[in-house]
Amino acid sequence: MPSLGSDMEAGTLVEWLVKPGDTVARGDIVAVVETQKGAIEIETFQAGVVDRLVVEPGTEVPVGTVIAHIRGEGEPAAPAPETPTPASEPVAPKAAKPRKPAEPTAPAAASRARVSPAARQRARDLGVDLETLTGTGADGAVTLVDVERAGAAAPAPVPAPAAKPTGDAAAAMRRAIAAAMARSKREIPHYYLATTIDLTRALDWLETENRRRPVAERLLYGALLIKAAALALKEVPELNGFWRDDAFVPGTGIHVGAAIALRRGGLVAPAIRDTDTRELGDVMAAFRDLVQRARTGRLRASELSDPTVTVTSLGENGVETVFPVIYPPQVAIVGFGSVVERPWSVDGTIESRRVISASLAADHRASDGHRGALYLRALDRLLQTPETLA
Amino acid sequence: MTAQTANGGTIALTYREAVRAALREALEADPRVFLMGEDVGRYGGCYAVSTGLLAEFGPERIRDTPLSESSFVGAGIGAALGGMRPIVEIMTVNFSLLAIDQIVNNAATIRHMSGGQFSIPLVIRMATGGGRQLAAQHSHSLEGWYAHIPGIRVVTPATLEDARGMLASALACPDPVLIFENALLYNDKGEIPADAGAVDIDRAAIRRPGRDVSLITYGGSLGKTLAAAESLAGQGVDAEVVDLRTLRPLDDATILGSVRRTRRAVIVDEGWRSVGIAAEIMARIMEQAFYDLDAPVARVCSEEVPIPYAKHLEDAALPQTDKIIRAVEHLMGNHG
Repeated sequence: MPSLGSDMEAGTLVEWLVKPGDTVARGDIVAVVETQKGAIEIETFQAGVVDRLVVEPGTEVPVGTVIAHIRGEGEPAAPAPETPTPASEPVAPKAAKPRKPAEPTAPAAASRARVSPAARQRARDLGVDLETLTGTGADGAVTLVDVERAGAAAPAPVPAPAAKPTGDAAAAMRRAIAAAMARSKREIPHYYLATTIDLTRALDWLETENRRRPVAERLLYGALLIKAAALALKEVPELNGFWRDDAFVPGTGIHVGAAIALRRGGLVAPAIRDTDTRELGDVMAAFRDLVQRARTGRLRASELSDPTVTVTSLGENGVETVFPVIYPPQVAIVGFGSVVERPWSVDGTIESRRVISASLAADHRASDGHRGALYLRALDRLLQTPETLA
Repeated sequence: MTAQTANGGTIALTYREAVRAALREALEADPRVFLMGEDVGRYGGCYAVSTGLLAEFGPERIRDTPLSESSFVGAGIGAALGGMRPIVEIMTVNFSLLAIDQIVNNAATIRHMSGGQFSIPLVIRMATGGGRQLAAQHSHSLEGWYAHIPGIRVVTPATLEDARGMLASALACPDPVLIFENALLYNDKGEIPADAGAVDIDRAAIRRPGRDVSLITYGGSLGKTLAAAESLAGQGVDAEVVDLRTLRPLDDATILGSVRRTRRAVIVDEGWRSVGIAAEIMARIMEQAFYDLDAPVARVCSEEVPIPYAKHLEDAALPQTDKIIRAVEHLMGNHG
């Protein structure tokens, strides 16, 4: 069971999309798993032949549990799991043959942080991120008191959920968002910068561009914003990546997570991988695909864990400026408001221009306001030359 | 009871005198009750527990036996089967090994083997424990062995009230009850209510309430553990002390209730570390209170050597107050 996010502890296997004997390639979708974030498609990172499905659909298993065996090329088939002997077969005494021991689940790494069972339980209830705590217990273990102290220090305590996540997926997602956002506001010293960008030139260019495109391939300005946000990160790379273990870890590649509101409530921000190197039409197609699949609850595991930065837009709802909250362990999020027509001074003349508010919330541990300002300036500059974003 | 003096509703006495008072009361209350064992009559008991009882109750009811544990324990089983209420004193747990066949194969099984037709209302008292420089063969703490056996009850009075009150409940029990009296306790002095009587023999007791760690112990280790708790209080660690009182059946409710409150536990057991009663208690905590724990459960037991004769080595081999304190300090990490 892969981890589909740092806050995931278990997943329910909903459906197998392969069966024993199937040949799979790296990246193939093999199963659907239900998590707090909705139904997620699981890819295999191992090519080969499906040897055995270990976990039955409908079963919830902890992260790290072996859910299937895939045999690489040239590997011998694993011994078949013991099945009850049909009564018709001669009843030979089989007792002497040891049962194949179950695969060890989630082997604990030697470096695993020491957390007491009571602390782990309470951290789950309070939405406290254990990785950030310093233990005061025996051998430096994090104890219940450490967790409660951290929970009490949170400015906006996450309401403790009922003992167990219920079957209510929306409530589970709400809890997941609550945990991530509370952690963000508790731990990340946000700084906020905003600027108003003249989008007239970009929108004009888009109109022209769309006229020559087939209807199905027409571009929304949102794709332009995502592409520009990605390219600007190449100039200020300290906004692209993660804050882990008291240090900034640069993202490998620029994978913009596009925040998508779900109709039933909640949101997800799946990645458009390598946003900066994709053609604009490709970014649009990827975005469209993500929106559709997010709303039908069919996102892939890697899409949720890959983003190195997030872009959110609330312009559709008439919001002028967004003050977004960073999704940890990311270190930045870019927000866009709605496009509005405003009197604007251009070369000394007042004109009516279409402008948009672009804001940046960034982790002050990873970058400073000066770099954030440079980022917004780069974003503005890129949007003035939309043809370079194609 | 020459040593006792009435004092505002309480009486002052020793553990030895408390046991003797219980014996006397039982002998007076029920003509079926009799005491037998090595030197219990003329000599007054190896630990002077039964001093005076022969004169008071006569040789029919206070019976000196040959040095043959298997035979007199077997006789006790037979007497119980025949409707008597025998109290058999085995001088020490060390010699009970000669009677272990009678205890394990007969006393513990007859109710089961007879389909419930016969029960064995037998009480066996014996001294246990080390710490008196009696060397390896006379310093065993094997009560944990007996606690392994279904069909018998094992109780370990550690206080004057329990020394006074457990015998009556043991006699009332239809099954064999083994009472382990730690020999170091016989001279303990204190006051108990003048009207102290029977106490239950199936519940553990919290001897000192606390919030930070549960110290779970019994018998001869209770005093050391309470002393450790007092010392820890000076360091700001509020230890709860649980006296098991009975090793079979174990009172899971009290043990786990305490551990769930404090989230930490140290078991103090004079038995050897491996495969002992401490291990059983730790396993139950792991099984039933794992998610309440804030630290690995720890134990302070006897070192795995035959108990030495030399004083400094014997002290080093047995659980001691400073060892208990160190174990707690480690569990508390920087919380203390």
